[in-house]
Amino acid sequence: MVLLLAVNMVTRAGFSLKQLKMWGIIRQKVAAGGGSPVARIRPVVSNLRNYSSAVKQMMVREALNSALDEEMSADPKVFLMGEEVGEYQGAYKISKGLLEKYGPERVLDTPITEAGFTGIGVGAAYYGLKPVVEFMTFNFSMQAIDHIINSAAKSNYMSSGQISVPIVFRGPNGAAAGVGAQHSHCYAAWYASVPGLKVLSPYSSEDARGLLKAAIRDPDPVVFLENELLYGESFPVSAEVLDSSFCLPIGKAKIEREGKDVTITAFSKIVGLSLKAAEILAKEGISAEVINLRSIRPLDRSTINASVRKTNRLVTVEEGFPQHGVGAEICASVIEESFSYLDAPVERIAGADVPMPYAANLERMAVPQVEDIVRAAKRACYRSVPMAAAA
Amino acid sequence: MRFISESSEERIPCYRVLDDDGQPFPDSSFVKVSEGVAIKMYNDMVTLQTMDTIFYEAQRQGRISFYLTTSGEEAINIASAAAIKNDDFVVPQYREPGVLLWRGFSMQEFANQCFGNKADYGKGRQMPIHYGSNKHNYFTVSSTIATQLPHAVGAAYALKMDRKDACAVTYFGDGGTSEGDFHAALNFSAVTEAPVIFICRNNGWAISTPISDQFRSDGAVVKGRAYGVRSIRVDGNDALAIYSAVHAAREMAIGEGRPILIEALTYRVGHHTTSDDSTKYRPVDEIEWWRTTQDPVTRFRKWIESNGWWNGDIESELRSSVRKQVILVSLTISKYGLLQLQH
Repeated sequence: MVLLLAVNMVTRAGFSLKQLKMWGIIRQKVAAGGGSPVARIRPVVSNLRNYSSAVKQMMVREALNSALDEEMSADPKVFLMGEEVGEYQGAYKISKGLLEKYGPERVLDTPITEAGFTGIGVGAAYYGLKPVVEFMTFNFSMQAIDHIINSAAKSNYMSSGQISVPIVFRGPNGAAAGVGAQHSHCYAAWYASVPGLKVLSPYSSEDARGLLKAAIRDPDPVVFLENELLYGESFPVSAEVLDSSFCLPIGKAKIEREGKDVTITAFSKIVGLSLKAAEILAKEGISAEVINLRSIRPLDRSTINASVRKTNRLVTVEEGFPQHGVGAEICASVIEESFSYLDAPVERIAGADVPMPYAANLERMAVPQVEDIVRAAKRACYRSVPMAAAA
Repeated sequence: MRFISESSEERIPCYRVLDDDGQPFPDSSFVKVSEGVAIKMYNDMVTLQTMDTIFYEAQRQGRISFYLTTSGEEAINIASAAAIKNDDFVVPQYREPGVLLWRGFSMQEFANQCFGNKADYGKGRQMPIHYGSNKHNYFTVSSTIATQLPHAVGAAYALKMDRKDACAVTYFGDGGTSEGDFHAALNFSAVTEAPVIFICRNNGWAISTPISDQFRSDGAVVKGRAYGVRSIRVDGNDALAIYSAVHAAREMAIGEGRPILIEALTYRVGHHTTSDDSTKYRPVDEIEWWRTTQDPVTRFRKWIESNGWWNGDIESELRSSVRKQVILVSLTISKYGLLQLQH
């Protein structure tokens, strides 16, 4: 398999035995994975397709891992690079087992320089490879954002279609638990404002599998925003989802729960909170329709507008900062296309407009909670409730 | 036509003062350290070691959410701090709380920050180990890697413009030398002739990435020459060598208005942080070898003992009193309570 010279520089083959011995490290030399991809196919659980009628549970972590595995197996041009993705099995274990299976030429542990390895990944994509670049968290992608936008996103347009950049940037995005301001920023609105990028954000394992596969197969740069707290959550997956050819369309939202009184839009972890809010609202006679955006760019404006035309009320929810956020864009879109259908002002729930504080009690107040969504939905439905959370 | 080889036949030699038994090599020259300073250095190294042990356990018990240790790098922390002055502006990475300890930050203040309670100067806004203190001229720890390097150069430039008898001192690991900011900082420090000391703690590991995967140069020290920066390689587990090198570096930085790069070779004995288990990617006997036979605290103790400034009785007394003090602080921390939001 042909690799760019630049990419070779970051492989681990070829360091001196003297250096190995100096540190007393005997590293297990992994067999290079340059052989035929067909020989390496180990379909995850597709054999279960015809035999099991029981619904299987799958963790999001497993969903991402299996999607990466299957795409790497199917296409020898796909390779993974990032910090800790190889020997460490991934900072969050998303790439577990992949180094062992595909070897160091296709799973690259990079030195610490997001600007550096993102540039290298884009270069590899210019040449025709399909890199999947992992950021330990998207907070670190700020170091690399010049390459993501100026080297990747704009190239196809600037070259009038001659240059294609089939690259995926993935990693955890947004708040986790007690990780402070520099590890909790949400970048959905940042990347979704850029023409030339596609921005996806999965919620369930089905989303994770289908959207990651779509992202890897896509010929354009895709920013794939995961969520650290969702990695360990399990979701039911059907046989169709488990099939290695499973793929979700980019740009289509999913209606997670149908309703007729108010539309709630959300993505990633917030979808889970919105569904819980919908349960609470149902008990009070409000039927909420929950839309899982799945795709932030392109935004599925037709699904959102069709829903609002049905319910006449809208609550947008997101974890990120409010100003210029995803909710602001959805609100503008609905006003542009469905203004006369609105029976109430659009309610926007977002993270607090402060750098994420660390202390647990402060953090809880900075991130949307189920009660906030319930209150907003009630306001949209003209039920009188207090405006702000009690301290 | 002759190409410059990618590496020289000989690696850059390493400056050492004390051998593994804490005795000075016969031909080594070093800056003399008085008994008072040496005792304080040793006390602080022991305190740092003890603090790390207790707070690490506190994280394991769920009382704080996060912690990282400085195990194996106590000499770099304390000896470098001892060799600079209070006016020197310190811009750390995150594995240098010993510098703050030397300057007088108390156990209580460290604990307040880790527990994020009412007495925390950061008002519970920062993760544990993100210490900072105006009073101690120690810039707040930031999680981002190597961003502190250009900051330090800027601060050093300001000190030079103000004609202060002070320099900036900044720390980073072997992993940090891969960052773009490292290159920008070194380059600019040379061009602007900024009085800054760059101290690289080359401890062999950046989380699970060994130095063989981080760079192919002969460590970090050779990079200095590429930017026109005077550099030295030092045994990071030798407190006297660190002290001498930093002392000399400071004189050159301020006296000649130039940056200096010091590469301190050492080993990260602990895990990267409490979120890491380093036995998953390196052999346990390697860790044990460095932890036991190469302990910088032990090596320094042997030196002060051989000078007649220390003995086994004082040692036991110190260890037990420091331990009690740290435990007491960590147990009473709950009395402060969490800061509440005020409307």
